[in-house]
Amino acid sequence: MALKSKEFGSFREAIADIPDGSTIGFGGFAMPGVAFNLIDALLAQGAKRLTLVGNTTGGAQVPRMPDMGMLVENGQVAKVICAFTAATRPTDVLPFTKYYESGECDAELVPQGTLAERLRAAGAGIPAFYTPAAVGTELAEGRETRVINGREYLLEYALPLDYAFIRATRSDTFGNLQFHRAQRNFNPVMATAARVTVVEVDEPILPLGAIDPDQVHCSGIFVHRVVQVPAEPEGLWPTRRQERRR
Amino acid sequence: MSDVVKGLNRQQMADRMAFEFQNGWIVNLGVGIPTMCSNTDLGDVDFIYHSENGIIGYGPVAAEGEEDLNLVNAGGQNVTMKPGGSVVHHADSFGIIRGGHIDATVMGAYEVSMTGDFANWKLKGQKGGGIGGAMDLAACAKRVFIILEHVTRRNEPRLVAKCALPVTAKGVVTLISTNYGLFEPTGTGFLLREIAPGLTMDEIRATTGGVLTVVDNLKTVKLAG
Repeated sequence: MALKSKEFGSFREAIADIPDGSTIGFGGFAMPGVAFNLIDALLAQGAKRLTLVGNTTGGAQVPRMPDMGMLVENGQVAKVICAFTAATRPTDVLPFTKYYESGECDAELVPQGTLAERLRAAGAGIPAFYTPAAVGTELAEGRETRVINGREYLLEYALPLDYAFIRATRSDTFGNLQFHRAQRNFNPVMATAARVTVVEVDEPILPLGAIDPDQVHCSGIFVHRVVQVPAEPEGLWPTRRQERRR
Repeated sequence: MSDVVKGLNRQQMADRMAFEFQNGWIVNLGVGIPTMCSNTDLGDVDFIYHSENGIIGYGPVAAEGEEDLNLVNAGGQNVTMKPGGSVVHHADSFGIIRGGHIDATVMGAYEVSMTGDFANWKLKGQKGGGIGGAMDLAACAKRVFIILEHVTRRNEPRLVAKCALPVTAKGVVTLISTNYGLFEPTGTGFLLREIAPGLTMDEIRATTGGVLTVVDNLKTVKLAG
């Protein structure tokens, strides 16, 4: 018997059931691998009191594509867990910053590698781990540390997700995924951490067997729903970044 | 920020740091001036660039019209892949970092202290900040190289006895390239190793916090490989 297809006909249908209060992980780093179309659908779907997990709240790049910050601006978010609540360059302004400063939205700031490992740990059955990142900084104040072999480490907990939104280049009907270049980033790890992983896919969904098992970057066992991204203008695709004048 | 500052320009500050890279090194470049190290001609030195998003062995920024929009470095620039390059996911990429496989990380900073602390994620009075991968890299790379302008816009030192801003990591900085010269935090001061053309010792003394010492036979900053 063939494995049941996970293909959905639209982004709207693929995320229709997301309830208020969910924790959702957003893959992607800069443009590559961001599920623009699923974020766009979630803006319309309207679930509220969400906790968002991702590298950045976004909005510093031009042109602006759908990002976590837009969900905050849309009044759907209680908390964000990320590595940037403000831009690295003081001259860039993240739209999220004012919602955080006013207290409208809470945030937990996490070093990027710690964020990736907390997601990996959640998917791999590791409840917590020690890392040297952030030791001796404001982030470690009042938290549990331990000296192992003469070096101090900070305890960090696994970060499980209800849903993950990711983007891949290629998928078969079971959700075995391939990513192109930097599109991979957080995406396979997000998928392992989530109860329900929703994937938007660049190319037409392939029949079972079309992807060589040795060439699968993320096993379909971690994927639950796949939707093909339509061509522009209906579908949203990465764009060329415009350099800002400094 | 403008290029009209004393001493070295931004590309020269990056060039000087890049001349430290050795054969076989794996190097991570941070956003801003550090990215400019990839413009430096290092001749035959054989090293590999790693980016936080899991790109290992990337090359120069892609020519206009030839960009792969799914291939970026940590700064979001559309770069190219060099022959022999590879891709890993984010958790593995930071495994590379925490595992001590990065020979040098080059980052920007607001301040560096003479004990090798540095601050680059949070401004004074700011709620939250932008950490990115800086804390992981700072804690785990074999060498932490900092490139920054020597003084603030108010002409205050960025090389200081003790950081006033929240630190990114403590006691990790090994080398500092500024527009005024090349410095090493020694724990008890800053050792001036090379001086930028056109700068005087008086100017450097007046704009460097903490204790300043100078190497014997001080030379001007090396600006060619």
